[in-house]
Order: sequence, then structure tokens, then C-alpha cells
Amino acid sequence: MSKRIDVGDLNVYYGNFLAVEGVSMAIEPRSVTAFIGPSGCGKSTFIRTLNRMHEVIPGARVQGKVLLDGEDLYGPSVDPVTVRRQVGMVFQRPNPFPTMSIRDNVLAGMKLNSNRMSKSAANEVVERSLQGANLWNEVKDRLDKPGSGLSGGQQQRLCIARAIAVQPDVLLMDEPCSALDPISTLAIEDLIGELKQNYTIVIVTHNMQQAARVSDRTAFFNIAGTGKPGKLIEMDDTTKMFTNPSVKATEDYVSGRFG
Amino acid sequence: MSVATKPPAQNSLAHNQLPRYTTQLVLVASAAAGAGVSALWGGFSIVSFAVLSVLIFVIVNTVLSAVVEGRRKAVDKLVTSLVYTAFGLALVPLISVIWSVLDNGTARFSMDFLTTSMRNVTGLNDQEALEGAAPFIGGAYHAILGTFLITALATLISVPIGLLTSIYLVEYGRGRLARSITFFVDVMTGIPSIVAGLFAAALFAVLFGVGTRNGFAGAVALSVLMIPVVVRSSEEMLRIVPNELREAAYALGVPKWRTIVKVVVPTAISGIASGVTLAIARVVGETAPLIVTAGFTSSINTNPFSDWMMSLPAYVYSQALRPLSGSSPQPSFDRAWAAALTLILIVMLLNLVARLIARLFAPKTGR
Amino acid sequence: MTTTKPPPTEPPAVAPRAKARPGDRIFSRSAQLAGILILVILAGVAAFLVREALPTFTADPSEIDGGEGFFSYVWPLVFGTLAAAIIALVVATPLALGIALFISHYAPRRLAQGLGYVVDLLAAIPSVVFGLWGIQWLAPQVQPAWTWLADNLGFIPIFTGPASATGRTMMTAGVVLAVMILPIITAIAREVFLQTPTLHEEAALALGATRWEMIRMAVIPFGRPGIISGIMLGLGRALGETMAVAMVLSTGGFTWSMVTAGNSTIAAEIALDFPDSSGLKTNTLIAAGLVLFAITLAVNMFARWIVSRRSEFSGAN
Repeated sequence: MSKRIDVGDLNVYYGNFLAVEGVSMAIEPRSVTAFIGPSGCGKSTFIRTLNRMHEVIPGARVQGKVLLDGEDLYGPSVDPVTVRRQVGMVFQRPNPFPTMSIRDNVLAGMKLNSNRMSKSAANEVVERSLQGANLWNEVKDRLDKPGSGLSGGQQQRLCIARAIAVQPDVLLMDEPCSALDPISTLAIEDLIGELKQNYTIVIVTHNMQQAARVSDRTAFFNIAGTGKPGKLIEMDDTTKMFTNPSVKATEDYVSGRFG
Repeated sequence: MSVATKPPAQNSLAHNQLPRYTTQLVLVASAAAGAGVSALWGGFSIVSFAVLSVLIFVIVNTVLSAVVEGRRKAVDKLVTSLVYTAFGLALVPLISVIWSVLDNGTARFSMDFLTTSMRNVTGLNDQEALEGAAPFIGGAYHAILGTFLITALATLISVPIGLLTSIYLVEYGRGRLARSITFFVDVMTGIPSIVAGLFAAALFAVLFGVGTRNGFAGAVALSVLMIPVVVRSSEEMLRIVPNELREAAYALGVPKWRTIVKVVVPTAISGIASGVTLAIARVVGETAPLIVTAGFTSSINTNPFSDWMMSLPAYVYSQALRPLSGSSPQPSFDRAWAAALTLILIVMLLNLVARLIARLFAPKTGR
Repeated sequence: MTTTKPPPTEPPAVAPRAKARPGDRIFSRSAQLAGILILVILAGVAAFLVREALPTFTADPSEIDGGEGFFSYVWPLVFGTLAAAIIALVVATPLALGIALFISHYAPRRLAQGLGYVVDLLAAIPSVVFGLWGIQWLAPQVQPAWTWLADNLGFIPIFTGPASATGRTMMTAGVVLAVMILPIITAIAREVFLQTPTLHEEAALALGATRWEMIRMAVIPFGRPGIISGIMLGLGRALGETMAVAMVLSTGGFTWSMVTAGNSTIAAEIALDFPDSSGLKTNTLIAAGLVLFAITLAVNMFARWIVSRRSEFSGAN
């Protein structure tokens, strides 16, 4: 179920503006990879290219290769919709569909694609996904209540359940805890630890402790100045990145002496 | 120094101020003075009483304030009085409109009025009815039916076009085409209703021969007025759907059109529906376009595609301006008022429904 | 790690796009089609009106109503249209601003919200009801006032006597129009008044301003474009309004006096004559409708231009 990602010399453009330049990296299956770096360095832009979500923004496009188990996401006649079914994404702010119940939110990926499924199969998916997101015990008695009635942390776990319900190969998380309180953050971090048994996880975070706690590998992005493209500075095992990075800028950043 | 204030030496912040009840006092006094002057000046009347009282109040209150409190305070009080006066003055016609519709409309408003047409009702009937020799007959059933059919047709035409256009503008539209659509929707909102009627009349004259009038032509005319309203309100509602919801759907591998149909539109549906209802409420009372396209008739016509069709506004207009009996027009006027009451009730009901829809079907966001 | 190489100056050609899904294509095409349809409808409005109006301009001037060609036929109507609208504006604007200020800054908060509702509802009353009210209730009520104007201020051309005995005059029509556009101007003005940043208001109050001075310093300057566009939209409505004038005014030939029967507006003329018209008269009326369209279009465009100059007033239309 879990697949590896290989990125080869990827450039991302907004119109004529080069936002991210020359990124190459390999992401192993069943691992957690954290992207860190200052604001505006292109890590969120880059993570969106891994499931072609950047195409939602008009004028955004890429040059280069992203291989999912050897298959190019940007190959000719590849449908971004199919890509996104295999590479799920969780966003910065919890965004359950306000018109749907908790149950329907979990099933959204199937229902919106009008995959017909039996009631028992649906129940099974709901329970499996909510269990997987550590939310089952909290919501099993109110599956028909609107999803927007949950707390922020619960909503974010609901969004994770929604993302894993379609059984993707990769789960992308764009600052999934930045809108949450510390206790909810802890719950999500625990969840990430469990999810990596089954999924390839890529997480963008501003919180270096979080990166150190949850990830196996860490990639540091930086930007030379406003108007310059963001670049991948260094990528290595998380322990090495936080104790003995090979680039000075990384050391400055992770130790808080940035600039 | 005014008697109403403390000596200023005690507190440098204290100012000469009129006691708080001054305004009320002056108001009562000017009302009394107004009544007196009005009575002296050729007989008491409500109008002259009101005008004089307000005039006296504004002058006395301002002058008093100017003398005691200074110019700035006086100007402030003058403007306050003027604002209140403007408000009171504006209430007069508005209350009177509603009052006269209720007062005159209820005279003939009954089940009979709502369920009978004007077929075979003549001026002679009205004359006899006034003399007490015969019962009042004649109602607005055919007009209510016509209004219902024409408005329903206009809604059927306008809502798909309007909603799809707003979806295009919000979800797809970029560049020249979208800009020009936005611009021309703006232009369309400014089309006078009579011009919309002329357009439909001209269109049907060209297509089906000069003088063609039917309910469908009326519906086309109303659509020209309704489409821009639907586009504008739906566009506004679709734009406030958070982008995060679209992204959430895309990230689940949902194609764009399904995202729009199953996520974006349902999220905005309460606002869209209430906007559509308000648009219906707006066109349901349109008169001018219908009298040049659908015409008048006294009989029930259930086929909007042929023959003239009556509508409620046209009914009000014809009964008020062309009474059945020139010598005893009162029954016709009563019918006009009753129809006006019916029309206002429909419009108010639609407005109420719009508010209810907006409230009931709004996405639940409460914790 | 990346080597520093100069960023490519030429952006890459757009990546070969995947084939759009049929569902997506059908849906986006139909949405686009609906938008285009609106353009077609509008072009149709213009085309049909122009086509039907053309015979008026090619016909022998003596055959047009009045016998002297289209322009001598239409200018009294244009005059009447403008006169009624101007009377309406003169009456409605101060009142509407007063009500708007009352609702936004003077009335107690709870009352203000209810009043806002009432104003919105009044905007929904059909014009034919206003017409009925105008002819049956208002005209007899205001008739004495017009007589008084004619008797005492008759030396001013617009008040030349003798005043109409029925009260069905241009002045009455103007007043009815004023009542109709009152809610429009009020709603827009109230909205911009309420949008005044509280900071500005508090800054004025902190300088020791009275309530009126605060309104003059903070609220009015902030709301001016909104007020103007509200007035212009009210004007557009008054120009195009048909029924109130058609029902209230006892129409007739051109006269300067606003307190006697006479004059007409383009919209009223069309409503009254079109149903029974035929031949060239129909064409003439449609041509008059085009003139009305042009006038209202100009007014509306002007209003929008004013709003767009200060785009922060996006709520003001």
C-alpha cells in the first residue's frame, strides 16, 4: 500500500515566477519525512506538487519529475484526479465538509466519486478509518451529527480519517497542527507515529521539536531572499539533521540562530 | 449664568448644560403651542398641527441650546432634531401605503375573490351591486393563476442560466469572457422593466407575428430582469464558500465538476435558494413588462403558450385605471385593492420564506 | 543539495495537459454556455430593439406622432422622465440620508435592526401597489398643497397654475417615485454608514467632537462614494419606473408646470400606448424605449464608476 516517491530536479513556477528550484529527493515508503524551513521558502508549494494540488492555483506549473513507485505523476495523459486518489492530503486548518455528517465526511472520498457500496462495507470503512485516526471512541455515538460540531483537534483527526478512508499510498500533511492546541497536537503526533506503519507520510511543519519527534528523515528548505526561488538545502536522517547537519545554514536554523 | 448649572469655579470640566429633561419639556410645550397656533390659524388640522409643532420644537430647542450650551452643542441638537424629523416624515407615506392596502384591501378580500375569475362580470353587475340589487362578484383567480404560471416559467428559465453562469464566473471564469459577462450582467441589472418587456414583445413579434401576446412572452421578459439578480446573488454565495473545502475535495481525488456539484453548491445552497426566492419576489410584482407582453383578459387561461394571460399586477392596473363601470367605479377599485393586498401578501410570504430558507438550511457550524 | 546555477530565464512550456474528464468538460462547457447565453440575450435585446426601432428613423417625419419626426416626439418625454426623477431625488435624498443616519447612529440598537428589516421589506413592495396608493390616496391628500403652491409661488414657472383638481400631477408622481426609491437609497447609505471604521469614529469623539461633528468628520467622508452611488441607483430606478407614473399622472402635452395635468415619461407612455399600438407607432415607442435604456445605462454606469473608484465599498450595490 505504501509507495516511495522520487523527485528529480523539480522546478515550480507561478506564472513566470520561479518559486521552487531544482529539488531532488527520495522518500522511502513507511517512513515520516518532515519538511522544515522559514516561511515562504516553498515547502508548502513543493508538498502540493506531490499530488498536483498546486494546479488548483491558476498559473502554477512544474518542470521536472515526480515518480511514485517509478510512475511519473506528470507524465502525458496522467489525470491529476487519479493522482490525488493515491496521494492524500491533510491541510493546515481542519476543513470537514459543513453540509455532511461525521459519517458522510469519512465516506466523502467514495461518495463524491459516486462509488456505490453496501451499507455494511460503508460501516466497515467508517469504523476502520476512524479507528485509524484515533477518533472512533470519541464519535462512535454521534456519527450522524455534523462534522463541524467537533473540536479543532477532533476535526483534524476527522480530516485524517477522511484522507485514509480512500486508502491512499501516500499521506501529505501541510502543517496539520498549526491551528491546534498542544493536547490536540500531541494526539495527532501519536497518530502519525501509528500511521507510518501503513503509509508514506510527508509533513510540513514550522515546529522543529515536532519534526524531531515524529520524523525519520528531515528536509531543510531555504530561500536566499524575497523574489528568489526556494531551494532544498539539505536532507538527511532526522537525528543527524538535528545534531550534526552538514550545512551551516541548517545548523543555524535548527538551533534557532537563523540569519 | 444659567440657573441650571453649578458655578464653573468648582470644576473646570463642568460646562453650562441644560437639565436632561429639557428636550422632553420643550417637546410638550411645542406640541401645545403647535395645537394652539394651528387652531387660531383657520381651524385645527392634524397636518398643520404636526408641521407647526415640529417647527416650533426645532427652533426653540436649538435656540435654547445655543444660548445656554454654546454653538457646537446647538448644531448637534439641530441635526439630531432634523434626523428624527426626516425619519418621522418618511414613516408617514410608508405607513400610509401599508395601511391603505390593508384597509381598502380587506373590503373585498375573501375566498370568493381568490377563487373566481372576471369572466362575464360587467359594469352592470357592479352598478347593481352598489345599489344592493345584486351580490358583488368577480375575483382574481385567473390573475393569480397567470402570475403563478408566468413567474414559474420565468424561474425555470432564469435559475439554470443564472446559477450556471455564477458557477462559471466563480469556478472557471478568467480572462476576457468572464470580465465581459460580469460587466454585462451589471448592465442587465440596470435595464428598466418596461424595456425588458419591449424586448420580449419585439422578439415575439419577429418570431410569431406582430401582436403576439402570451404568458410565455411575459416569462421571457421577466427572465431578462431575473437572470442578473440570480447571477449576482448566487455568485456572492459561491464566493464565500471557503477554498479549503474545494481543496479538501480535490485532495480526495474528486473531479472538479463533482466538487462543485456535491460540495460547493450544497454548502452555498441556503444562500442561493434565498437569493432565488428574493428574485422571484422581485419579479412577481413586475407590471410594466407584463402589460406589453402577456396582455389582459378576464378569463382563466391555463396555457402560457397561447392567448393572452392575466397577471395580478396587470389586474390591479386594469381595475384601477379602467373600471368596469365608469359611473360606479368603486367595486373595481375595491378589486384593485384586494388584488394589491394579495400581491403584497405573496411578496411578503416569499421574503419570509427566503429568510427561513437562509436560516434553516444554513450549514451547521455550531460546536 | 543544489548547485547554484542561474535560474532559467525562459519558463518551461506548459506541461502536456492530461485529457480532461468528460464530466468536467461537459460541466464546464455548459457553465460557460450559460454565461455566453447571457451575452447573447443582451445582444438580442439590443438587436431586436434597434431593429424594431429603425423604421421610426427612416419613416416620413409627418407620420410620427406629433407630425414632426421622432426627436420632437421624444424630447418632451425625456423632459418628463427627467423631471419626475429629479423631483423624486430632491424629495427622497435628504429623507433617505436622515433615515439612514437615524438607523446607523441615532436609533437604539434593537430598534435599528428592526427598522433595517422594515426598509428592506418596503423595497419589495411592487410598484403597481405604489401606483394604486398614489392615485387613490396620495393624489387627493396632496392636491391642496399644489393649489397653495400655484396660488402663492405661481410666478415660478414650475408652479404655474391653475393646479390640477385631481392632484394627478407631475409633482404627485415625483412624490410617489420618491417614496419608492427611499428604501433603495436608505439601504445603501445605511450600509456604508455602518461600515465606517469604529476607530475613525472613536478618534473623532476622543478629540471632543459632538455626535454631529463626529458624523461630519468620520462617517460622511467615508460614506460619500456610497451615498452618491446610492443616489444614482435610486435615480436609475426612478427614470425607469413605469407604473407609478403611468397610473398617477394624468398625462398630456409638454408643460413647464409640475402642478397641472400634462407631461409624460417615456416609460409611462410605452405602458399606456403600447398595448393598443400598431404599425409605426409601435416602432416609435420602441425607439423611445431605446432612449430610456440609454439614459438609465449612462446613470448606472456612472454610479458603478464612482463605486469602483473606491473599491472598498464593494458592499454598496
